[in-house]
Amino acid sequence: MHISHDPWIWIAAILTLAIFSFLYKDNPFFKMAEHIFVGVATGYGFVYTWNNGIYPNLLRPLFVDHQILFVIPFILGLMYLSVVVPKFAYFIRWPFAFLLGVGSGLSIPLAFRASLVEQIKYTILPNPHGMSMGLFINALLILIGVVTVVLYFYFSTPHEGVMKPVTKVGIVFLMVGFGASFGYTIMARFSLLVGRFEFLLGNWLGVLPWLR
Amino acid sequence: MRDFLIKLASLNRTTIYLIITIGVLLPLVVPLNLGQKMSPPTERLYTFIDTLPKGSHILLSADYDPSTLPELQPMLEAIVKHAVLRGVIPIVMSLYPQGTGLGIQACEKARLELGARPDTDYVILGYKPGFSAVILGIGEDIRKIFPTNYSGIPLDSIPAMRGVKNYNDIALVVSFSGGSTPFAWVTYANTKYGQKIASGITAVSAADFYPYLQTGQFIGALMGMKGAAEYEYQVNKLLEKEGFKKAKSVFAVRGMEANSIAHFLIMLFIVVGNIGYFLTKKRREA
Repeated sequence: MHISHDPWIWIAAILTLAIFSFLYKDNPFFKMAEHIFVGVATGYGFVYTWNNGIYPNLLRPLFVDHQILFVIPFILGLMYLSVVVPKFAYFIRWPFAFLLGVGSGLSIPLAFRASLVEQIKYTILPNPHGMSMGLFINALLILIGVVTVVLYFYFSTPHEGVMKPVTKVGIVFLMVGFGASFGYTIMARFSLLVGRFEFLLGNWLGVLPWLR
Repeated sequence: MRDFLIKLASLNRTTIYLIITIGVLLPLVVPLNLGQKMSPPTERLYTFIDTLPKGSHILLSADYDPSTLPELQPMLEAIVKHAVLRGVIPIVMSLYPQGTGLGIQACEKARLELGARPDTDYVILGYKPGFSAVILGIGEDIRKIFPTNYSGIPLDSIPAMRGVKNYNDIALVVSFSGGSTPFAWVTYANTKYGQKIASGITAVSAADFYPYLQTGQFIGALMGMKGAAEYEYQVNKLLEKEGFKKAKSVFAVRGMEANSIAHFLIMLFIVVGNIGYFLTKKRREA
């Protein structure tokens, strides 16, 4: 057992235990750790964004290199702050409108192609990774799953007659999907727990010889 | 037996926490050495990097923060080590402020354990805000987005960045993320520029990204700690073969063993809970 002598490891370990103390009930230690996290994360994010974004991409070109065109994003940026003065709050609509326009123009055609056209294409076409009996069965299941689930969400026709068994199959696919998501979520949450235990036992208390 | 099952199903929360804690701790203290078999998405990514010509570049985007570190950090570390061993140059960047530090940690391990040289065997670019603008900008000229590396050295003065202008010079982009950034990489880099993309994602978002594997928009993916353990295990074998036994890491491999026990316990709780529920219901009706 080689307990760490690094004060930062100790701080991290104490904060981890403070967060874990919520398992018992809400308490001041948990609240303290929570507030420290929010404060540190916000401060870190702000400084990083300032040094890597706001200063080199806006302030330096405008005020040091005197590139006059940068006055447009500078004014648009300032307009965001207008919300603090209710009388001028309507100015915020300008940068919003600009961002919405640019964002939509950039992303709608690409996102439409990436998440709809390509998905439909490869629901019908053979798998791009090759074709074997296993992949064929997989592709068939995906096709049946997509069609039946889409039909389940088609509410213009009552789910009666032929639609009834088809939509029932759709429900089965949905349940399998939810089950898979739930299983993966459990794995994710336990991974976080395992990660903290590895830190506490390995980095802090030094009882895991395999963890360097 | 019936009474025992009903009693078992009404275990209180604290007891369940205690059982899970012991179940997770035991495999960490007493390793099970279960081994890891690569799943097809992991294997495709591993094979792709393994067969790249020496001197190729891969862009690794650490788009995560410490909240998803146990799942994503072993992936990044394993891929950096794999690339360095194969003579492929990893360029590490981040779309998240906290991702930079994690990227530096991964490269630092490769430097200390494999003797990788900064700016020659790997490059750290650091963080830039603005997802879509950054991804689209790299498609035009990476120097416009990152004029310098993380330490402030101009990219033109970095030997490893010689000949790298845009996606045409990058063999693969791997986005490590606990959110939706791999989707942004697919939308802006793959759809617009035809850039090959792979991802390292948390288990929570794995189900959302499976469709992109089916279409080939991801050439491969590492999903959750399972994917990390599979890749780490494979890289460990390579490290041993290449004489870097001390550089082996089993963070995700051991973590996955603990995860397996925890999953087994959860399944047991679900089964016992359901049996107990139906037995209690039956008793009430009788």
